[in-house]
Amino acid sequence: MITWFPIVVTFVVAGVIVLVMTSASRMFGPRSPHTRIKGEAFECGNPPSGPAWGRFSVRFYLTAILFLIFDVEVVLLIPWGVEIRRLGVFGLVDALIFITVLIVGLIYAWQRGAFDWD
Amino acid sequence: MFIDLLIGAVKAVVVLLLVLNLTALLLWFERKGSALIQDRVGANRANLLGLGARLGMPNLGLINTLLADPVKLFTKEDFVPDGADRFLHWLAPFLALFPVLVTFAVVPIGDAVTIAGHRIVLQAASLHDDALYVLATIGIGVYGIALGGWASNNRWSLLGGIRASAQMISYELAMGLGVVAVVMTFGTLSLQEICRSQGGVWFGWLPRWGIFVQPVAFLMLLAAGMAESKRVPFDLPEAESELVSGYFTEYSGSKQAVFMMTDFAEVALIAVLLTTFFLGGWQVPYLYRDGFILPGGVHWALSGPAVAILGVISFFIKTLVLCCLQLLVRWTLPRFRYDQLMRFGWKFLVPVGLLNLVATAFVIVLAGH
Repeated sequence: MITWFPIVVTFVVAGVIVLVMTSASRMFGPRSPHTRIKGEAFECGNPPSGPAWGRFSVRFYLTAILFLIFDVEVVLLIPWGVEIRRLGVFGLVDALIFITVLIVGLIYAWQRGAFDWD
Repeated sequence: MFIDLLIGAVKAVVVLLLVLNLTALLLWFERKGSALIQDRVGANRANLLGLGARLGMPNLGLINTLLADPVKLFTKEDFVPDGADRFLHWLAPFLALFPVLVTFAVVPIGDAVTIAGHRIVLQAASLHDDALYVLATIGIGVYGIALGGWASNNRWSLLGGIRASAQMISYELAMGLGVVAVVMTFGTLSLQEICRSQGGVWFGWLPRWGIFVQPVAFLMLLAAGMAESKRVPFDLPEAESELVSGYFTEYSGSKQAVFMMTDFAEVALIAVLLTTFFLGGWQVPYLYRDGFILPGGVHWALSGPAVAILGVISFFIKTLVLCCLQLLVRWTLPRFRYDQLMRFGWKFLVPVGLLNLVATAFVIVLAGH
């Protein structure tokens, strides 16, 4: 309770500060009449051709999926990192097997061109 | 009980205020520093009733950057384009700045001091797994940027948003690997403990700072941290020449200001984390609980409060030096291309991080310390 109380205070105070900052313009700013032209999305002066929510390159999805795999790896390595001295050689061998599997995965993704962006 | 809660609340608020002031200071550094680097005068127009000129002082741009800019941004019209998701459009800047601000809560800015019988740790919240909290809150920052790009209903924003998401998660990986190496070296997740174990010296003269044990992790975290803050040379999400201004193209007024503040808050955050992990946090070289013991054996006694104050000062000096380093890099290097960025992240930082991890593990386990 005492440990987490400052975190709660930080969340509340930071939340209020950011809330006030994000809505300051709405409170203090002027409001000119809203016209169709004004509301258009900015596309360098051309009339926008339909909504922006279209398709984009699959590489971004691929990056996200690879991130998921390797980030879970990092999360699983943290407990071992903390207790490495107590786990000793046993923990080292275990973790090495785990890391080797992931390095093989990294090499595979590399060979398949998952990191080539040209 | 009640007094402990009160102390905790005061510490939390003080740390937040420090962060906001540091952010403002960095804004000033950035504007005046870039002027210095580019050999121009920089922000020097706004003044308060001509006071500075009357007193014969040069205009340092403090009024410009600390007063005129925020007031101007906060009194601009709040614009949301047609077809945008109004709620997400508001939520995005909130989610960008909020997690960065709350991360500072676990950063130790000094050793424990005893005031009127109360032992106060100079850290807003001493969780026992601060490092996990830091990784968690930094991870949330991606949502703000991705949402900002998505909610605006603008192609430039969308492109900037997905670029930013891919970049941030890629470098978060390198950052995570660096943090694991650090955690291994110190054997704890508590930032206060990490700082504490960096006290003392090796060979009688070298401070036991993390940078001397984990230089590779230091460089990795520096590079990954700068990529996380999305500033030049990693500013592809807002590349002005390609994407107008990326994920905040359709933002105006105070929301835009919040996105800008996020940049500086992240610079400060990276500096603070690097200081804690690698530069000894609040440790002053050769300073112990009862005073300085210099390599030659000279002893200079100091009282407890003086030692604590020196620690806090040293923490802020280190932080400011690292902030200035980042600003200097930002005004020195040109922007990467996107393929270079991804190659650097995945083909260099991740393998190097894994190798560093394995090497660290071997040294710790086989050398037996």
